[in-house]
Amino acid sequence: MYDFEYHRAASLDDAVGKLKAADDGTLVAGGMTLIPTLKLRLASPSDLIDISGLAELAGIKVEGDAVVIGAAATHAAVAASSDVRAKIPALAELAELIGDAQVRNRGTLGGSVANNDPAADYPAACLGLSATIRTDRREIAADDYFQGLFETALDADEIITQIAFPVPKKAAYQKFPNPASRFALVGVFVATGPAGVRVAVTGAGQDGVFRATEMETALAKNFSPDAISDVTVSADGLNADIHAAADYRAHLIGVMARRAVAACT
Amino acid sequence: MPTVSMKVNGADVSGDVEGRTLLVQFLRETLAMTGTHVGCDTSQCGACCVLMNGQSIKSCSLLAVQAEGAEITTIEGLATGDKLHPMQEAFRQNHGLQCGFCTPGMVISAIDLVSKNPKPSEQEVREWLEGNLCRCTGYHNIVKAIQAGAQAMRG
Repeated sequence: MYDFEYHRAASLDDAVGKLKAADDGTLVAGGMTLIPTLKLRLASPSDLIDISGLAELAGIKVEGDAVVIGAAATHAAVAASSDVRAKIPALAELAELIGDAQVRNRGTLGGSVANNDPAADYPAACLGLSATIRTDRREIAADDYFQGLFETALDADEIITQIAFPVPKKAAYQKFPNPASRFALVGVFVATGPAGVRVAVTGAGQDGVFRATEMETALAKNFSPDAISDVTVSADGLNADIHAAADYRAHLIGVMARRAVAACT
Repeated sequence: MPTVSMKVNGADVSGDVEGRTLLVQFLRETLAMTGTHVGCDTSQCGACCVLMNGQSIKSCSLLAVQAEGAEITTIEGLATGDKLHPMQEAFRQNHGLQCGFCTPGMVISAIDLVSKNPKPSEQEVREWLEGNLCRCTGYHNIVKAIQAGAQAMRG
């Protein structure tokens, strides 16, 4: 790992200021992606600005018809939250499927969504639930937020503070994990609620998370696994690697989507 | 060079580190506490697990400076004198180790599990051990040991 200057931010404003002042600064919270990346020398930032302890990023609460989760909430905290379990159990179950116990004790919601790994789980929940990503300066709809492989709508010095998840009528997440890494080979988040029927797919797309709109149309007419059994997913634009070919991932999207619809509660 | 201070096994410690110094390096090289092992160094194997404020974490994937002010418990901090912690004793009684390299991380991880789930089922133990790899035992006796340790910790 190359060396860097480490700073602990005292407040959100302080973090933004330090990020602006740094040559090539980067934020760290749990560090479950960043630290391994630094150890592999895949990145060499000049400065690390630690935002894990900021009060502005803490907490999980119900706000009207939404569950609002602070960006620094760990996956373990989301999985264990009584508010999340009561209002959006599918989100708590998704959090419980991330990585391993030690990763869940450190890794954060905001970190995962800011990183937008194409095989991460939370992007599917954000898009599937039509979440709003709140930052230090604005609110961004999930539909506008995810912009490609590790690409998001965030400005270079913008910090996610909270994510608001509208409470769905029913939702479920089904994941086919890579058996070694536990990243999603394919993960499908299905929800029906205020934003209509939404089907969000992670792990499969070359450009990261996306919505399976043909399935959404079919499910809007008839919310049952059978309604999408004839919907075929094209392998164009899907990932192919040593773990799975594109047509295999396309097939898995159908299987995971039907299982998710069947599991919707 | 930043100075870092924390509590390790109940004792206040501090030291000068680089920003990039990992917690496990601080424990092993600065404090000479070598009970915490480095297996894979890529956050897969869990040999480096320690408790940070009661939660198990992989100390090879945390900067020492990120543990500023934290309470750390390592494998060295579990026994009371010659009396092993009930989870350590359960590993011994159930032959939950062979070479022993993964054992410090297994025991720490197990204690975190039991703090959250005092009576884990066999399946729950196996799922929890996702982040702790053992190349010798086939896990069977580790699972038995953790269930026995959980029972002993319930008293």
